[in-house]
Amino acid sequence: MATTHHLQTPFSDDVIRGLHAEDIVYFDGTLFGIRDLTQIYMFDQGHTPPVSLEGMPCIHTAPSLKKVGDTWEKICVGTTTSTRMDRFTPDLIAQYGVKAIIGKGGLYEGSLKAMQKHAAVYLAIVGGSAALETLQIQEVEAVYWEHLHPEALYKFRVKDFGPLTVAMDSHGRHLFEEVKEETRKRLPEIYQRLGIEA
Amino acid sequence: MADIDYQIVEDAAKELYIRALCDLPPDVREALKRAYDKETNPTAREVFKAIFKTIEVADEHKTLICQDTGLPIYMVKIGSQFPWNGFQIKKRLDIGTRRATQEFPFRGSSTHTLTRVNPQTSVGEGLPVIHYDFIEDADHLDILMIPKGSGSENMSKMKMFYPAHGISALKKFVIDTVFETGANPCPPGIIGVGLGGTADLVMKLAKEAIARPVGQRHHDPEIAKMEQELEEAINDMGRGPMGLGGDITALAVHIETAYTHITQNPIAVNTQCWPARRARAQIHPDGRVDYGY
Repeated sequence: MATTHHLQTPFSDDVIRGLHAEDIVYFDGTLFGIRDLTQIYMFDQGHTPPVSLEGMPCIHTAPSLKKVGDTWEKICVGTTTSTRMDRFTPDLIAQYGVKAIIGKGGLYEGSLKAMQKHAAVYLAIVGGSAALETLQIQEVEAVYWEHLHPEALYKFRVKDFGPLTVAMDSHGRHLFEEVKEETRKRLPEIYQRLGIEA
Repeated sequence: MADIDYQIVEDAAKELYIRALCDLPPDVREALKRAYDKETNPTAREVFKAIFKTIEVADEHKTLICQDTGLPIYMVKIGSQFPWNGFQIKKRLDIGTRRATQEFPFRGSSTHTLTRVNPQTSVGEGLPVIHYDFIEDADHLDILMIPKGSGSENMSKMKMFYPAHGISALKKFVIDTVFETGANPCPPGIIGVGLGGTADLVMKLAKEAIARPVGQRHHDPEIAKMEQELEEAINDMGRGPMGLGGDITALAVHIETAYTHITQNPIAVNTQCWPARRARAQIHPDGRVDYGY
């Protein structure tokens, strides 16, 4: 039976191990925004983030922000497809202690293994729901590596951020893959009904 | 005709882009509600609740539903008695699109296809996409605006089957496309299918299919039956909202058709995400503009 969790960042290993596929998560605290270029800069070009990501969640985003004086104001923050950034994820978890990846569409086997080994999860957000995400972001606290904007490293403060579905847990369950397999089993019957020779 | 004020078209283009991004059409909202009523999977029901909250927030704060402002597409239909100049209309659609981007302001998503330089205008060489058609015995201009997001557009598929492959190959192509694209096009949305025509026309038909109000059936009963049949089959696949499992994978399947070559049997699938955004304006010769969906 799926449980709804209200969490606070940073996430401990115990908290993460207590999350299971299909559970719903909301959380308060810090959320880091990262994207393709942020991680190319970190892992391919060897730059270490100027802030600790230990115990923190990272969301796959290229936010619309505007700079007013020295502060950044939010315009629209939404989530992008995660698979493009799969190859960076095991290192993000192992080297920097990131505990949750938030995105849409899920990640592959290597990321799932890293999540099992280091206690981390993938939290699926509802794609297309930027209006809601933007409202749940209280403040853009910092933008690191500004020259990479809109694919820099962002520190947001969030309240009741969610709903997020635990789609990959630290016990080896991968909800997207489970659903895909279930669909695959149904295909022969569907082909037959439509008069398709498989 | 020297006193025609083309500023009206420019203002309408700007207004249409912004309206489409912020205000989801009533038929899409109703289809989502009907889908939620049918959905039995608890995870899927949570997804629907988040969708409804998002629509509510966008309404209340007049903000973008989704951060992906997409690529701008205008489907223009010119009444046979509408006396305005077509070149001026095209020019003003371009300017209106830029103004929407810079004055709202929102993220321009258009970029040079090789250098990847983004001018932050939403336009550029070849953009906005504008399709032209004509309406018999009408004196107005009809503009339908669609901001097409990339999560779904990237999942477009097209294939030139042969006549020998028959109708069953076409049905399989639709089912397999939905299976392969999974969570990426932000389901549950509209599965737009083009059948017939040439390689270019078939994809345009698929795009017209996603532009149709949700649930409106094709006028040909045979095609309507095929829409219904595919819709039920896709929802029985169980991929569910955002690919997390559930009873509703598509709000609708829409098919548009054209005659094709005796040796061809083309199909295109263009998927639309759950925020199936669109906005419509009718411009009358006296300068009046009526907005709708």
